[in-house]
Amino acid sequence: MSDANGKAEGSRTIRVDYLARVEGEGSLHLGIRDGAVEDVRLAIFEPPRFFEALLRGRGFGEAPDITSRICGICPVAYMMSAVHAMENAAGVSIAGPIRDLRRLLYCGEWIESHVLHVAMLHAPDFLGYPDAIAMARDHGEHVRRALGLKKAGNDIVRLLGGREIHPINVRVGGFYKVPTRRELSTLTEPLLRARDAARALVDRVAAFPFPEYEQDYEFVALRHPDEYPFNEGRVVSSRGIDIDVADYDSVFEEFQVPHSTALHARIRGRGSYLVGPLARYALNSDLLSPAARDAAAAVGLGPVCRNPYRSILVRAVEVLHACDEALRLIAAYTPPDAPFVAVPVQDAVGLAATEAPRGLLYHRYRIDASGSILDARIIPPTSQNQGAIEEDLRRVATACLDMPDDALQGRCEQTIRNHDPCISCAAHFLKLTVERT
Amino acid sequence: MMRPKLAVWKFASCDGCQLSLLDCEDELLTVADQVEIAYFMEASRATVAGPYDLSLVEGSITTAHDAERIREVRRQSKRLVTIGACATAGGIQALRNFQDVRAFTEIVYARPGYISTLAQSTPIGQHVLVDFELRGCPIDKHQLLEVIAAFIQRRRPVIRTDSVCTECKRRGTVCVMVADGTPCLGPVTQAGCGAICPSFDRGCYGCFGPTESPNTAALAAWWRRLGASDTDILRAYRNFNAWASPFREESEAHERRER
Ligand code: SF4
Ligand code: SF4
Repeated sequence: MSDANGKAEGSRTIRVDYLARVEGEGSLHLGIRDGAVEDVRLAIFEPPRFFEALLRGRGFGEAPDITSRICGICPVAYMMSAVHAMENAAGVSIAGPIRDLRRLLYCGEWIESHVLHVAMLHAPDFLGYPDAIAMARDHGEHVRRALGLKKAGNDIVRLLGGREIHPINVRVGGFYKVPTRRELSTLTEPLLRARDAARALVDRVAAFPFPEYEQDYEFVALRHPDEYPFNEGRVVSSRGIDIDVADYDSVFEEFQVPHSTALHARIRGRGSYLVGPLARYALNSDLLSPAARDAAAAVGLGPVCRNPYRSILVRAVEVLHACDEALRLIAAYTPPDAPFVAVPVQDAVGLAATEAPRGLLYHRYRIDASGSILDARIIPPTSQNQGAIEEDLRRVATACLDMPDDALQGRCEQTIRNHDPCISCAAHFLKLTVERT
Repeated sequence: MMRPKLAVWKFASCDGCQLSLLDCEDELLTVADQVEIAYFMEASRATVAGPYDLSLVEGSITTAHDAERIREVRRQSKRLVTIGACATAGGIQALRNFQDVRAFTEIVYARPGYISTLAQSTPIGQHVLVDFELRGCPIDKHQLLEVIAAFIQRRRPVIRTDSVCTECKRRGTVCVMVADGTPCLGPVTQAGCGAICPSFDRGCYGCFGPTESPNTAALAAWWRRLGASDTDILRAYRNFNAWASPFREESEAHERRER
């Protein structure tokens, strides 16, 4: 929707009132004057849901179930950051099969969420369709394969978590009930098929027409010495940050912008940064499964990818990695003696970060001696990426100024969808919704 | 024949209930053959103008703007079905309803004066006429498919209204309260999920909301015998369906006793 009425010569406004195929609700405002992009505002107008406030007074064991309701697309990520934060407060660290099962659950969510994004929300942009259903008319086989692959991820989450959205089987200390070896092994067959589908998805996506565009992001992700990161690791960046998660607040800060209901985040004294698949890949590609690494090399993805449109390709590579990792975990599984470890209650602060499909997700809680939450802070990946997304939009719009409005709008939407923003999550943490001047 | 037009609307929510439709991996393309997906922003940038034969509404009403918008959605919809605990009971965000919203806002926001939000998070049925309410946080996708099929065929959906307990019995799950002394909301919670939690050795936490005439007080007494405190009971009833009357009243009773 462009509207040049009543504007000075050479000035135009691109507005996207409702961004489609992103989770949640947002809009984009682009102001262009005399051939220059003057104003870029990615506004998130989700109504506030006040999670950080409503967690106060709740039991520490309730945090995983409550925070999972922040996002229906990545509930496992919220559950994982919450349980790790509570265990951190108690000084408990979980190893062995319970830790492996958590990784397996995360594999399921990565597969399900990435394939949803790659095949259903983002691929239509590259192939010129409004949605995956319209795309299925011409590319039925591909859409069906992708749905099958997505289902393999959901099968993991359902078997281990009880259901796909808002699993019920995660608790502080572990699980309510753990599967037997035989139950888990029912996932093997479908995962082997999923693995082939993931490999095919990488090739398929690699053939998409990617716009030429690179951005010199500062990438931020977890880094673990010997695993592609899910639940644990140090917070590292491509420009030298290497800290314990406990120091997150001293290096990163949130700030308000008047036009959006979500907070932005930046590195103190430095500026915006990027979390998510591109960042994880750039900082950890040496730790991918051999097949995922080979697939990445075969399609010409170097060790670092700075073209955001190719994030769809990195996601496909991560799906392959998650299939491999899931198969490895299932093969090595021996049930733990008990489904969970007792986590003592004490007056303490606990924090943790894990790698949601969309990037680093940080939780911090203060709890009292009775186990009640005194305060909570949750920083989702989308808040952290907002600055980088706006910078992308500014550059993309500048480079594409001679496009007609329709095409420019399409390109901007595609740019936003690259980053797979999860707007409902980000909007739960706003400090400001209305600008009154 | 013209396919009926389906629209999916979002209010304050996590998107999980509408995602259930995209999680119908085996059925999605069939559904798309049967109905015209005319408005579904999470899935498509193409939109077809109303009126719509069936609107699925996710999320609760928390802003003045949304209170207006739901009226417009109702005007455009021949049938309107709410999906999930947010849309049928106000959702987890209705926990604000028990607080002074200003105090609540100040906890989160540096400049609470700028916040434009309603004092309460309310279900869709409190604003407009609703043809059918589908329970769950999130909804069960098989129930969703039944609702869509029923509305296409112009019949009432066949959705059970008994309790989670009866589902446990049907699937042969041993009662976690009787066997392990684990507090469970199953006796007062509407069926639909397939009694997932007890099958995972966990008490039900009520995500499908109250059954038709639940005896919440009797269950609370039972929980007490299992060692639950007023705080535990208060928290159990004040959760994802906290604003549904039976759960609300029971939680308020324990709030008074807690003091
Ligand atoms: S009812 Fe639950 S699953 Fe559905 S939108 Fe609301 S929070 Fe999400
Ligand atoms: S058993 Fe209760 S809490 Fe668990 S999924 Fe079913 S209705 Fe929801």
